[in-house]
This record gives sequence, structure tokens and C-alpha cells, in this order.
Amino acid sequence: MKVFKGLAVAGLAIAISSSMALVSCNGSSSTSTTDSTSATTNSDDNTILGAGSSFDNPLFSKMFSEYNKTNGLKVNYQSIGSGGGILQLTNKTVDFGASDAPLNGKQDSALSAPVVHIPVTAGAVVIGYNLPEMKDTLMLTPSVLADIFLGKITKWNDAKIAAINKGVKLPATGIIIAHRSDGSGTTNIFTTYLSKVSEEWSTKVGKGSSINWPVGLGGKGNEGVAGSIKQTPGTIGYIELAYAMQNNMAFAKVQNKSGKFITPSIASVTAAADIQIPADGKVSLTNTDAADGYPISGFSWVLIYKEQKYNNRSMDRASKMVKLIWWATHEGQQYSSALNYAPLSPAAVSVGEAILKSATYDGKPILQ
Amino acid sequence: MKTSLDNSVVTRRNSVLRVINSIKTSDIVRTSKRIKHSYRQIRTEKIFRRTLIFMGVAMVLLVLGIMLTLIVESVPSIKSLGIGYLWGKVWDPVRDIYGAYPFLLGTLLTSFLALAISVPFSFAVAIVLGEYYPKGWLSNLLKNTVELIAAVPSVIYGFWGLAVLVPIVRSFETKVGVQPVGIGIFSASLILSVMIIPYAASLGRAMIQMVPSQLKEAASALGATRWEVIRSVILPYTKSGLFAGILLSLGRALGETMAVTMVIGNTSLIPKNIFSPGNTMASVIANEFTEADHPVYLSALIELGLVLFLVTVVINMIGKRIIKRYTTV
Repeated sequence: MKVFKGLAVAGLAIAISSSMALVSCNGSSSTSTTDSTSATTNSDDNTILGAGSSFDNPLFSKMFSEYNKTNGLKVNYQSIGSGGGILQLTNKTVDFGASDAPLNGKQDSALSAPVVHIPVTAGAVVIGYNLPEMKDTLMLTPSVLADIFLGKITKWNDAKIAAINKGVKLPATGIIIAHRSDGSGTTNIFTTYLSKVSEEWSTKVGKGSSINWPVGLGGKGNEGVAGSIKQTPGTIGYIELAYAMQNNMAFAKVQNKSGKFITPSIASVTAAADIQIPADGKVSLTNTDAADGYPISGFSWVLIYKEQKYNNRSMDRASKMVKLIWWATHEGQQYSSALNYAPLSPAAVSVGEAILKSATYDGKPILQ
Repeated sequence: MKTSLDNSVVTRRNSVLRVINSIKTSDIVRTSKRIKHSYRQIRTEKIFRRTLIFMGVAMVLLVLGIMLTLIVESVPSIKSLGIGYLWGKVWDPVRDIYGAYPFLLGTLLTSFLALAISVPFSFAVAIVLGEYYPKGWLSNLLKNTVELIAAVPSVIYGFWGLAVLVPIVRSFETKVGVQPVGIGIFSASLILSVMIIPYAASLGRAMIQMVPSQLKEAASALGATRWEVIRSVILPYTKSGLFAGILLSLGRALGETMAVTMVIGNTSLIPKNIFSPGNTMASVIANEFTEADHPVYLSALIELGLVLFLVTVVINMIGKRIIKRYTTV
């Protein structure tokens, strides 16, 4: 009994202290990151660590394996989602993060040092639908799209939809809406677009990687939404362009800012990005002025610290990583189209170049 | 230098020990080999007991640690949202408004509905295996099949639900006259009910097999039919065990994530009826945790985990009470 008591007291003390340590460690990592330990200093300098966007993952896998063949540099990319990647970068456990959305104010304030955004690829969100009797491609205007997802248009043969799709026989069935249930960059691009084109959406719902949907069913991942669309006639939902193309789904033409109805494709996404891009690279490609651009497009960014000397990182490691990103935004772009990613527009590449050149090690630029 | 000094200290200590040991052990060795054997046995016994106690205590500490972590991590959300979090009806990450009510309702609704559907099946299986066919190939087949249900990964149930069950539910919904979506609380409950059958069934079977044969024989001798034996001897005798099985099933249903999230529809709106889409606490956490990009949001999700934890604890405690009452009477 005595033994038991002694053990219990000792064990309790250990457990409480360890759980407190765990808790305090977590707490500090989310508030201040000055004392966080770094995995980068421990791992060997020939392996670069990255984490973030799952949207980028297929492209990155291809790019990094090609880069490994020519340069022998290993890249360990964990596709844990944009938010997770940003958190890992904040904690300095990875060399670079990747995100489908630029850092928001709260994420920015959690950082201990400035982070730069380098556009690395572009993607688009398409509006998939299931109308078995319809032979023509559905056409949608921004306001109608917003009204559908707000739950204001509930029937396929609504006068507003019929007015755009003249001469097309629309069924009298109800519209079923499918959206993503998991937090995702795809949702972020789509809701950013809706917030831009609809005042009501912007005030009532807003934008984000997970939002409070006024109507509809949530499916997990692109496959979940695509599954709902395929199975149920009358369903409409948004999916990533690459996923929709690989699965031969029907998707709508959407009217852009110039009034043209644009079919989403790799070319029209690249066209959407052919605009004046601000020097920090943080720009939304939704509803751009590009005449032939598909309006629901978005960049994906690689995120790195502007000052690369932190946590005893070596100059060698920093320059290897910067060169890798340089390669990814130049030579690496040739692998985009085959995987249904939109190659960067020349404007985006030159902005990325300028940002990469601004990255420093101990105050000196890494790239000459 | 230093090492040699260390060595000398060690050897001196050892020699002292050896002297003491040698006195004791030499006595024992001289008296009997068997006593030495039992001396070692006592020592192993002690080590064994300590290991067991340590492992048992470690489990308790683990649970306490998890709970502590959940509480500490949900402090930011508790501070900013207060107790209203529990009955708040809106879950809006964009505006930082979080209410757990729709998910609490969804969790309880799916779990209890699933339980209601599964209990007749699991009891039937338990009675068939425990009373009618305790041995034989048919019983083995049935037993193994039911146990296999528990071994199938839940994501497979999710896929099966989405591909097979949802279209069936959809055509059923068309006949009933609600919006034919297929996905929703009803589908989630159906999937869950299949998944939880084995828990109540295997425990129930073991309990029914443990009913003393004298009791059953006595009842039969008094002229009771098979049905009467089951109703007035077996079921009353195994009440607490059967209920424990139900409790086990319920625990599984409350926490199930993957299969539910694939067929429930994942909406933060409060379900209007059992056919409408909804969401459960576990499924919300799984869906939104990776992209929870601001502190209160993350904390609100962890608090959801805490609520789920507490709901499980409370239901378990109520269950234990009921079991206790049944067994004492």
C-alpha cells in the first residue's frame, strides 16, 4: 500500500508537470515563438523541409522529384493544409510554408519576423453541376451564383437562371448545394470571389477557409463534393479545376468582370493572372480585370522568412532553399500543365524574382 | 584520473554490498536451495506488482493529462465566449462566433438513433449465440462475422454508406416526401447502428452464456417454454451485462468520426428533422482543425473536444448508476 502511495504521488507529479510543460509549450508557440526549438537545425543540410497547402502537393511532388534528379537536394513536403503550414512556419519547424491564401492579420501578428509571399502556381475553382437532361454548358453570372449559394434561388428553372441560359430547357427541380466541409483554400478562393461580387454575401457570410454556409450539404474534400454532385441530380457545388478536369465533370461558364462568359481552363487561369501584380505578391486573382481571365482563380504562395538567419541556420541551407524556389517558379513551371495547374504569368514570375532577391542572410542578399 | 577514482568508489561500494549480501545469501544457500529460489520469487513478485501498479496509474494519469490539456487549451475560447458557447446556435468562423448547440444536438441525435436501431439486432444476435446455438459451425460463422463488423475500418463504412446506403435512403426519402438528398442524420445513424452492433452483441452473448444452467433447467422443469425461459430467467439475470453492452456501443457511437462525416452532410444549421443534414462534434473537429487559422477558432474547436469528452463521461456515469441499481436489486 505504501509503495502504491509513493508511486502514485510520484507518478502524479510527473504527469502533471509533463502535461503542464506540454501545455505551456503549446501556449508559448501560439503566442511567442522566440524560444521555440527548431527541427531545421537538427536535420541535415541536404534536406529542405516544407509544409502547407494540399492543393500544391501533386505539383510539388513532381517538381521536387525532378529537382532531386538534377541537383540532389531532397525536399520533404508535408501536405497538411495551408493553415497548418503557416503554423509550422511560425514555429520555425519548417524551411518554407505553402498557402492558398495570403497571411491574415492574426497570422501575421503571430510571426516573430517578416515573411514574404512568392507566387508559385495558380489554380481555379469551378462550378460543377449535375443536370442530366441538359446538353449545353450552364452559364452563370456572378450575382446569380451568389444568390444560389445564399439560398435565394432555389429552383433550376428560376427566371434569373433562364434569362442567362436562353433557349435551354431547365428542369423544375430544386437546387441542392454542395460545399466543402473541411477548411480549405478552395473554399477561401470561392468565398473571396463571392464576397467581391456580392455585397450581400460579403456582409452576411464573408470569406474564409471555413465559413458558416447559409444552405447546403458539406462534403469532405474535393472528392466529397464531387461525389455529392455526381450522385444527386440537381446538385451544384464548387471544386478545384484540376480535380474536375481529371474526373471529367461538367462545369459552368462564369461571366467575368469584362462581361465575357469564360470556360475555366489552364489558359484562362493564367490569363486571369496577367494583371498588374503588387510588389509583395499578395493579390487575389478573383474577378480580375483581365479580359479573357476566368474570374474564380487564385495564386498559391510559398512563404519564407525574409531574413534567413534564424535558429542557427546555415548560409548553405538558406541559399539552397532560395535556389529551389527560384527553380520552381521558372524551370519548374513546365510541369504545371500536365498536372492541370496553371503556369505562372510572366508578371507573376517577375514579381516572384524581385521578392526572392530581397531575401537576405544576415542582412546580405542571398541571390546576387 | 577521474575514472579510476570513480571505479574505486564503485568497487568499494560493491564490496560492502557484497559482504552484506554474502552473509545473508550464504546462509540461505546453505539451508536450502529452495528458499533461495523463493527469495528470488518474492523479488520478481515485487517487481511484477510494481510494474502493474505503475501501468495502471499511468492510465489514470494519461486521462487526467488529456483532460487538463483540453481545459487549458480551451481557456481562450471559454474566456471570449463564456458559458453561452454550449447553447449558441451559430458557428461562424469568419465572425468568430461559436456555438456548440447544433453539433451537440447532432451528436446526441445520431448516437441515440443509432442505438435504437442497433439494440434489437445486437440483442437478437446475443440471444441466438448465447442461448440457441452456443456451439457449432453456424454459431462460429455468425460470431466471427459479427466480430468482423467491429474490425472493419470506419472509413470503409463511410465509403459504403456514400455509395450504397445514401442512394437507398434517397429513394426512400422520395417516397416519404422530404427533400431527396440521401445525406443526413438518418443515413449517419444507419451507418453508426451497423458499426456498433458487435459491442453490445458480444458482451451480451458472454453474459447469456454465463447464466447458471440450474436456473434455466429449473424453469424448464416448471414447464416454461424456451421463450419464457429467456424472458423470465435469462434477460433479468443478464440485465446489467446487456446494459453495459449498450453503454459500450453508445460510447463508440458518440466518438465515431470518419464514417459519420462522410454521410451526415456537415452543415452548421440546426437539423429540422432526422432527414436533414447536420453535424457531430467529432466530425466538426476532424473537418476544421487543420485549417483553423486564428487562436479563438482553434480554441473553440478544442473546447468542442472538451464538451465531447464531458458528454461521454456524464453518459458513462449515468450508465454506471443504472447498472449498479440493476445489479443490487
